[in-house]
Amino acid sequence: MPEVGQLSHAANPAVERRLPGEAGIWIMIFGDMMVFSIMFGVFLFYRRADLALFESSRAHLNQTFGLINTFLLLTSSWFVAMAVQAARAHRARAAVIMFRLALACAVGFSLLKIAEYTQKVRAGIVINSNDFYMYYYMLTGIHFLHVLIGMGVLAFMANYVADGKFSAIKVGHIESGASFWHMVDLLWIALFALLYLIR
Amino acid sequence: MAATLISWGFGHGRGTGPQAAGIAVIAIAFVKIRYVILDFMELRTAPLGMRVAAEAWCVLVCVTLILLYGA
Repeated sequence: MPEVGQLSHAANPAVERRLPGEAGIWIMIFGDMMVFSIMFGVFLFYRRADLALFESSRAHLNQTFGLINTFLLLTSSWFVAMAVQAARAHRARAAVIMFRLALACAVGFSLLKIAEYTQKVRAGIVINSNDFYMYYYMLTGIHFLHVLIGMGVLAFMANYVADGKFSAIKVGHIESGASFWHMVDLLWIALFALLYLIR
Repeated sequence: MAATLISWGFGHGRGTGPQAAGIAVIAIAFVKIRYVILDFMELRTAPLGMRVAAEAWCVLVCVTLILLYGA
């Protein structure tokens, strides 16, 4: 069993280069990011074939929801980064609070996403309305699935850190969960730019 | 945060033509993504191979997307 506090060198990363979390989570993150990269490329490739349709459809997206959701995920990611710092410093209470705040932001994102989908469906815009909306629902839907999984991870983490016993293995698990959540954040940054912003 | 607002401004076509604005939006998004990877995911201090791979991914995907967008 690794000793408690073995990860204290993490506080001074200049001393030793290290990868946070477990190797497995990075393989998953790498795979996920590759799949999303390809989907981003495919979207832009087909966008060129019908610029007028893609632009007129994009103009119907709720940019305000998209913008607020970008802030919510960025803030959530920041809270998670703070939670990891707290866990490394063995500050259980702070870690619990940070994970809960991150979860609250994720709940906000989800509520807005549901409101956005509802707004679209009520306006008669569904996945097979046109090519743009097919990509819109597919990309944001797969991303939303990641958000829901991430919310489960955040809820688990908030309980996981509560007992205040931080072994090196446990900190590794916390870092893995955190890395997954940061990936969810960065994928949204790309989605927001590609779907909502570019004309 | 500021970068998000700037992107949003570009998205509304402020200042420039839509083409240049679109390229700027994609580029700014990937600058933000790079900072999330380096500072939140902590790859800045990861083993060098991992850091290089992450930086290369950012550049490669960003450039490819800008080309596909229509640079």
